[in-house]
Amino acid sequence: MWLKNALRNWTKRREVSAELDEEVRGYVEMMAHEKIRAGVDAHRARREANMESGGVEQVKEQTREVRAGHFLETLWQDIRYGTRMLRKSPGFTAVAVLTLALGIGANTAIFSAVDPILFEPLPYPHPERIMMIWGIFQGARSQVTFFNYRELLKRNHSFDALAIFEPWQPTMIGGAEPERLEGQNVSYGYFRALGVEPAVGRDFQPADDTYQGAPVAILSYGLWQRRFGADRSIVGRQITLDGSAYTVIGIMPRGFENVLDPTAEIWSSEQQYNPATIKDTNTGEWGNHLSIVARLRPNATFAQAKADIETIARTPVPDFPRPRWASLRLGFIVDSLQADITRGVKPALIAVLGAVMLVLLIACVNVTNLLLARGAQRRGEFAMRAALGAGRSRLIQQLLTESLLLALVGGALGLLFAQMFVRGVIALSPANLPRINAIGLDRNAFFFALGITTLIGLLVGLVPALHASHSDLQAGLKEGSRQTAGTHQFTRRALVVAEVALALVLLVSAGLLLRSLTQLFSVNPGFDASNVLTMQVQTSAQMNSSPTGNREQFFKQAIENVQRVPGVESAAFTSFLPLADDPLMGLYGGFFEKDNGAPVGGGYGVFRCLVTPDYFKAMRIPLRRGRLLQATDVATSPHAVLINESLARREFGNQNPLGQRIKIGGHPNWPWYTIVGVVGDVRQDSLAGTHLDTAYMTPEQSWFVDQAMSLVVRAHGNSSALTSEIKNAIWAADKNQAIVRTATMDSLLAATVAQRRFTLILFEAFGIVALALAAIGIYGVLSGSVAERTREIGIRLALGAPRANILSLIVRQGMLLTAVGAIIGISGSFAAGRAIASQLFGITPLDATTYAGVIVLLAIVSVGACWLPAWRASRVDPCVTLRAE
Amino acid sequence: MGNEQTELLQGTLDMLILKSLALGEMHGLGISRRIEQITRGTFLVKPGSLFPALHRMEEQGWLKASWGESENKRRARYYQLTKAGRRRLGAETQRWSRISLAIERALEA
Repeated sequence: MWLKNALRNWTKRREVSAELDEEVRGYVEMMAHEKIRAGVDAHRARREANMESGGVEQVKEQTREVRAGHFLETLWQDIRYGTRMLRKSPGFTAVAVLTLALGIGANTAIFSAVDPILFEPLPYPHPERIMMIWGIFQGARSQVTFFNYRELLKRNHSFDALAIFEPWQPTMIGGAEPERLEGQNVSYGYFRALGVEPAVGRDFQPADDTYQGAPVAILSYGLWQRRFGADRSIVGRQITLDGSAYTVIGIMPRGFENVLDPTAEIWSSEQQYNPATIKDTNTGEWGNHLSIVARLRPNATFAQAKADIETIARTPVPDFPRPRWASLRLGFIVDSLQADITRGVKPALIAVLGAVMLVLLIACVNVTNLLLARGAQRRGEFAMRAALGAGRSRLIQQLLTESLLLALVGGALGLLFAQMFVRGVIALSPANLPRINAIGLDRNAFFFALGITTLIGLLVGLVPALHASHSDLQAGLKEGSRQTAGTHQFTRRALVVAEVALALVLLVSAGLLLRSLTQLFSVNPGFDASNVLTMQVQTSAQMNSSPTGNREQFFKQAIENVQRVPGVESAAFTSFLPLADDPLMGLYGGFFEKDNGAPVGGGYGVFRCLVTPDYFKAMRIPLRRGRLLQATDVATSPHAVLINESLARREFGNQNPLGQRIKIGGHPNWPWYTIVGVVGDVRQDSLAGTHLDTAYMTPEQSWFVDQAMSLVVRAHGNSSALTSEIKNAIWAADKNQAIVRTATMDSLLAATVAQRRFTLILFEAFGIVALALAAIGIYGVLSGSVAERTREIGIRLALGAPRANILSLIVRQGMLLTAVGAIIGISGSFAAGRAIASQLFGITPLDATTYAGVIVLLAIVSVGACWLPAWRASRVDPCVTLRAE
Repeated sequence: MGNEQTELLQGTLDMLILKSLALGEMHGLGISRRIEQITRGTFLVKPGSLFPALHRMEEQGWLKASWGESENKRRARYYQLTKAGRRRLGAETQRWSRISLAIERALEA
């Protein structure tokens, strides 16, 4: 029934409306007719009938309101009317829509970047049960040894699956040319811990983790498509990796997202560690270079699991002896997988999210202000509508419809902006941003945009709507009445003050980040990065790692070949490349002989760098005392070591460190090294890092040679032009060794600040938008005020006030708003500065330079925004204004 | 309190309209005058309440409207009761006599 009526009222709305009009008019006329018949004169009869009936339009409006579908009908009316109003003032509409589109677009883009990283659960079944388990070294996460893993695996009662993993980059032959693959070497529980099974074939089994067992591999869907033509029969066949035959046992499903190593395309089972070596701590099995991922049992809680492994750490058992560096005496760090992979970027992302919300807030304030200004211009129209029977709620509904329309148009445009912004965010994003492939304008982002658009439409419309419906209709009807402008002006000024305050908070934050980055760039890394090319050479695991084995022979041959390449000034290998974001597996405990073997700095580690003698020449690391390493520092000669100058100063003060002895690593059989020289400090792990202690020695004098070494090449000119020749020179020594991570030292330097730069660029962009919006706000309010005060200004001028006074009067008015906003903004900035403290470097959150700079900038921009209205005011012609009144 | 009163009045108005149409079809002003007459001037129904009520009752299916000619030779909209309207009048009448009896007793007690 309701639907039928509503449908009829809608489809025949013209007819229905005409009928109602005729019916009500007829009623009034009949009433007048009665009165005429009773002897009243015609004119008076009509007037009385009209008054007694309460007005034709009002009756019609009241009747319409009870009809079915009335809400839809008025909504439609409001939309059409609203569209007309927006089209009538294209300038206002364009500014408001653009402002909202910027705000909504930026927010949607940032949301769609942050959502998959911080908020969406990881794409695994029960992702909250997946944990990462780390050892603790200097209070931070550290990788663990193979036997720590074995002990946890055997002794825990809380996990369904617990697995180790490490990077693995095998060379695959069999195609047109050998291909270096990105992969992972994992123990059998890896995919079980993630909760994903191969789509074809089988998962790794415990039996696959046999030392030197039959090699098996699982392929990613992408690799299977790309290299094996999606041929299912590959499962069970053999492929050649690093010269060994691996049997393919499975293919991972298409959508499998491996958040622990997004680039991995192939997995092999863990077969390189020998459980029988547990008593011999001088082996790779006892190196801290494995990560652990585990899945909680369904009935185990996080707290139980943590208590479980802490108990294991505290109670060693004879079956699992532990050397000092794997003693687990500090226990473990346990964290959910999601928290673990996002921990590096979370503070920055939260800061960016906060900043972009401030931008949206400013955009909303600005549009509210525009709507208020327009509301003031439309007072006559509202009064007219009220007189024609529109109730207060009807007016509010109309205005909210208009602001919602505005927001929806802004939102639609905002989605387009967001599409561009998202691409920008991805392009800018630092390398350590997890789940970057999941970033995009998906359904969540769309609903987010729709949600904020609706909210904004209501928010920005509410104050102006209440204002408009509140105002004195009598006054509104009087053309040109200016008596009621007071409250409008007050609200608008308050809004501008809020805008300035918010903009200041953003600008101060951006300023602090900018200063941090400049501080960081002024840090001396300790080497000269220009014209240096680096690449990592990864030798296969089968090579003999003793100082005289074939691995050492290969590196020796390779460096000789590289040094012969034309354009190469000097070249060297190092086991640890500064600022390359390598895992900190180069850190060992250092012990000075003079301290009777107590660890350096009480348990402080030193970076152990195996370097070929030309390393210092290639990196231009200065020699402070003694001599550099040289070609004669071979296995048979006395063991020589170089240490960095701040370590030398701390340990020996003014005494001569040369000739003192140091042991690197806690193994009793490892040799004492004699300090032969002191070199400059090098920032090894990051520019912001404070850990500088380093010991350099030659590979020949080490107790083992690292599987991967980084090549550093100083060229006479542009180093990256030599890339392919250098690679060929290395492959000339052995074609089967992998070369990865080719980069100039300059780009590695830039990459270490990538996350800060990412945050900074976004903050700068937001800060500029905020400043522009605040300037528009100040300009708008002052223009309105000047227009309303034209008469007053005219009188002042007529009474002899100099034009300069008028100018300063208006500018003062604007600057007062700025000043109040700035004062409020400064206290907000204190809070914001504390919130982003973790992103700062070398300055305090209360950095005076930043505050001063931002306030000066704000002052300049707001003087600019005041100037035009003020100038216009000073040009007022008193004769014209006074005559017009 | 205020709410209950409006509800009561609305109910009253509905019933009075139904009652005045029981004798035959009538236009808006006719209904007003009729209510005035049968309540001896106690209720003066203004068009601002009459027309919303008429249109609501029409949509509820109690009344049926058609265009006809008025006494002063104008087109006027005439309302008449439908079957549902008659049933409604019966129910309303019963309800009202129950209520007024109850109130009368209450006041006498």
